Amino acid sequence: MSGSDQGKGADVLDAQDRARFEQLVLPHLDAAFNLSRWLLKSRADSEDVAQEAMLRAYRFFRGFHGGDARAWLLQIVRNTCYTWLEKNRPVELMTEFDEELHPQPSVSPEALAIAGANRERLSRALETLPPRFREVLVLRELEGCSYKEIASITAIPIGTVMSALARARQRLQRALTHASPQEASREL
Amino acid sequence: MSCDFTRTVLHGYLDGELDATRAAEFEHHLEGCRECTAALGSEESLRSSLQRSELYENAPLALRKKIRADLDAATATPVAIRIPAWRWLAVAATILVVASVSWFALQRPVKDSASTTPFTVAELIDAHVRSLQPGHLTDVASTDQHTVKPWFNGKLAFVPPVKDFADEGFPLVGGRLDVLGGQNVAALVYSRRKHIINVFVMPTREPDTPIHPPGLRQGYQWRHWRRQGMEYCAISDVSDSDLYELAQLIYQ
Repeated sequence: MSGSDQGKGADVLDAQDRARFEQLVLPHLDAAFNLSRWLLKSRADSEDVAQEAMLRAYRFFRGFHGGDARAWLLQIVRNTCYTWLEKNRPVELMTEFDEELHPQPSVSPEALAIAGANRERLSRALETLPPRFREVLVLRELEGCSYKEIASITAIPIGTVMSALARARQRLQRALTHASPQEASREL
Repeated sequence: MSCDFTRTVLHGYLDGELDATRAAEFEHHLEGCRECTAALGSEESLRSSLQRSELYENAPLALRKKIRADLDAATATPVAIRIPAWRWLAVAATILVVASVSWFALQRPVKDSASTTPFTVAELIDAHVRSLQPGHLTDVASTDQHTVKPWFNGKLAFVPPVKDFADEGFPLVGGRLDVLGGQNVAALVYSRRKHIINVFVMPTREPDTPIHPPGLRQGYQWRHWRRQGMEYCAISDVSDSDLYELAQLIYQ
């Protein structure tokens, strides 16, 4: 249980590693699945990718020297997701993250409350966002990560997490309240 | 619509990520800025929608199973993966040797790099199974640690630490004297959702150890550790996570 990372080969994991992994990393499987589900927008694909990421995490486990196991795992999950997206849906990654933050009239809390009350609509709005906006929102609002954790998972400098979230929230508000008239009438 | 605060600092405030000075600064600003007040209201509304909507998706059970199988494969045969086909004969021979060595190892005290116990796995399981026979579980049946502990007084050459963990979900059922590895030991009995956990306690001169990784055989799991001159072994048919939880409670 102690000093397990000295003098052993990288890939050869024994029962002690397994036990430590089960204790420290496996409890975050839900977080891993949730992040990949929202990045890939598909449960079936994210099952495959989360499985692959978990196995990668296990193989790299000797390189984990304590600290925030969830952030460590989610970093691997995120990288695995992006590799998968590059290969299978490269178009989705082409949106620029650094788009300008447009000053715009804020949407009223009431309008947002109405729009956000519908789970389907909220989920669809979130899915229309580019992955880099979607991930900061998922990490912050669903996973409850701190800015520091978000920075280490997404490799954004910590100083820009706040503005990344500001942009992402603005995009989500827009997506939510600018749902097409067709959709709006379908809901009535 | 040009308030700089609205665009960024508001989000740090919303997320509780501003230091005290900047938060106070923002609150002061908020008093006079209608735009920021409105924007904050909108963001709070959006946040509560996101959190109420049950968008979080948990991992399906099938995925958990697949991952466990992956981990098994990656743990059990890490060497075999890189072995060329012509060496399979050698691999088979190695497996045979490993298997027979482990078979012999099971006949002797449990030994590995991290733990050595003064009893064998077979003795441990026998003692546990024996205790589950009608009328064998406890010599003193009590959920009160202050009844169980003094009961051992004078019956053993040591005093086992006895603690009830009913609040943590492991109520104390009682205690009994047992023999393990030819040695008189104290057995503390806990229950966990109708399952019985035996915790064997005996004195040792060996140094403290952490709680060792689980052992598993015939459907029984055990956890072993040493602490402050006592050797502990908890065994049960409950899941290892339950067993580990109890081990940690006792270890503290």
